[in-house]
Amino acid sequence: MRMRKIAIASAAICALIQPAFAKTVAVAAGDGAQERLQEALIAAQPGDIVELGAGRFSLTDGLSLDVNGVTVKGQGAKESVLDFSNQKGAGEGLLVTSDDVILRDFGVENSKGDGIKSKGADRIVYHKLRVEWTGGPKATNGAYGIYPVESKDVLIDTVVVRGASDAGIYVGQSRNIVVRGSVATENVAGIEIENSFDADVHDNIATHNTGGVLIFDLPNLPQMGGHNVRVFDNIIVDNMTPNFAPKGNIVANVPTGTGVMVMANRNVEIFDNILADNGTTNIMVVGYRFPHQDAKYDPLPRDVVIWDNQHGKAGWDPQFRGGKEIAAAMGGSFPAIFWDGAGGPERAPIISDTVPALSLGLTDIAADPTTANPKPLAPSDKRPAALPAIILPAAMEAAVR
Amino acid sequence: MRLLLPFMACFAAAVGLATPHGQVSDQQIAGTNYPATLSAYGFFDGAANRPSRQLIPYQLRTPLFSDYAEKQRFIYLPEGARLTSDQAGKLEFPVGAALIKSFGYPDKSGALRILETRVLLHQQDGWVALPYIWRDDGGDADLRVGGKRMAVDVELQGTPTTISYAVPNKNQCKQCHSSDASIVPIGPIWQNMEFPRQGDREKLLQWMPQLAKMAAWGKWDDLEGGTLNERARHYLKVNCGHCHAPKGSASNSGLFLDGSAGDAAAYGIGKRPVAAGRASGDFDFVIEAGRPDRSILIYRMKSTDPGIAMPELGRATAHAEGVKLLEDWVAAMPSGGH
Repeated sequence: MRMRKIAIASAAICALIQPAFAKTVAVAAGDGAQERLQEALIAAQPGDIVELGAGRFSLTDGLSLDVNGVTVKGQGAKESVLDFSNQKGAGEGLLVTSDDVILRDFGVENSKGDGIKSKGADRIVYHKLRVEWTGGPKATNGAYGIYPVESKDVLIDTVVVRGASDAGIYVGQSRNIVVRGSVATENVAGIEIENSFDADVHDNIATHNTGGVLIFDLPNLPQMGGHNVRVFDNIIVDNMTPNFAPKGNIVANVPTGTGVMVMANRNVEIFDNILADNGTTNIMVVGYRFPHQDAKYDPLPRDVVIWDNQHGKAGWDPQFRGGKEIAAAMGGSFPAIFWDGAGGPERAPIISDTVPALSLGLTDIAADPTTANPKPLAPSDKRPAALPAIILPAAMEAAVR
Repeated sequence: MRLLLPFMACFAAAVGLATPHGQVSDQQIAGTNYPATLSAYGFFDGAANRPSRQLIPYQLRTPLFSDYAEKQRFIYLPEGARLTSDQAGKLEFPVGAALIKSFGYPDKSGALRILETRVLLHQQDGWVALPYIWRDDGGDADLRVGGKRMAVDVELQGTPTTISYAVPNKNQCKQCHSSDASIVPIGPIWQNMEFPRQGDREKLLQWMPQLAKMAAWGKWDDLEGGTLNERARHYLKVNCGHCHAPKGSASNSGLFLDGSAGDAAAYGIGKRPVAAGRASGDFDFVIEAGRPDRSILIYRMKSTDPGIAMPELGRATAHAEGVKLLEDWVAAMPSGGH
């Protein structure tokens, strides 16, 4: 701990001193881009800007950045393109493993694995980026577009992600997170917050995905117990792209036509969103129903608040086992909000939205969905105490102003 | 102090140049302006096959697979310094030590042609990893922090093949050699090491007599060397455990193959993938007991597609013999355990 404090103090002192020496290193597109750009990323010093020129950087391997406080900046999300179509190695296009990094104004295309991954990279800013698999939805596309994991303080602002075979924007095992002003389209999951604490997902558009926004918690991982997530002021419409995730991945189980899906999280608030044209349902809240042997893991969702959302058409084509039968029993359409009933009535979501809402009554987490005992969920007029807004360090906000 | 460093480094470089052939330069190992050529360290006397007498050559009973490359490994210890070890046999290196590893393939005449040499330098502030690529004439090697991909003609199981051999960049060195975001040597664990030069083993045991009692690990490909389970676990530890460890690069996967796994799921048995994407191969579990044909771990070991292949780095070919070992291991597990 003492060492850590000293390290933080010296980092702070360096941060104060560094700008005097900070420089901009320009890297042009063209021949030898792989080695020139990678060498620039290695040689960069804290405070430096690595500036990508306009044009296409044809890359044969993954790139990586491991220096704190570096900005990688292009000429625009369509103007400076990191093209990984000919990638021969590495699990992602760009990997960041250092703190206080800003990535902005460039595009990443057709990486063989994930697009941009940052691991253990605190206070990272993703701004005005485009990560895209240009052939559209395909099972052979990489898993995640933008992929921060095991990080504290994450800002994803004004990005576009298209074609990810898992999640377009995926934040995993992190804390203090903001995802805003971004577009996720034609991914399996548009935006996914998984095994994470304290996140705001707002003012985004999630459309033409299989599922728009996913708030998940999974077992057998170092960080579990996802909680305190707010999903608000988003437009989550027409998520009807047939699920193209490779089987085995958890998102392969997301029914086509899902707006928001909450699984095994607690203290989740979904409010002031526009939700429409999602064929299975606009909002679903479920337990983790796969067998697992992890004593530290809680498979049940609880304290989910669904408040003041605007709902359009939903539920005309529910894509999960037993869904069509329930829709038929309800007069042809599945409700816009449903909860699987995991854990019993005291765990029911708290709802103000005036659309049909249903509990499947599957109290036992191991129950077979065909044994559902659907019952309407009563709306509530008393909103529980709101979660606080996420506040990021001022330097991160300054970077995108 | 900051301003002094470049001057000190220049001084060190001057001293390094003055080092006689075959004499290792401690100043270069300690310096922060990394030499542009490998010869500056004095690890080799003008060619990769002429290591300094000051280096201790060693081999691994179960090595990390790297596209069938042959490897030559050396330890350098400064004058008067000693190795120590922890309880588990993991060697601990003093500041000033270096690990040197050369990679190459036999040429048409059968002679080993070294392509690259990677050095791990134990400096005052921690370890530094650097890749050097040998020149065509074999006289010296140049620092290439950005790494390099090169077409190499090799013979695999009697078939001539060209592989796209990747020298890792400096960051990729760290990806494998990382613990809690610091660089560390991956291995050397006494039970997995052999010392071919006469007298080296005895000298090390004088420093670390407690290691004499430790039983050598079975070789992964020696059927007499251990049970199938032991050999498979050693293979996984050496080939996967440097990233798949609680403090390694793959910590977020929850799949721990470094020997730390507390339960079957952390070992992959009955564990569902987390961030595998298309690398799941449409299978549900990292390891499905009894079913190597349905286990993601086997599927990824067999693949050479960069979005699928494991390990992620240094694998342009599949290790057929290693895959066979792990297929046999998974097949022998009683099924229905999850």
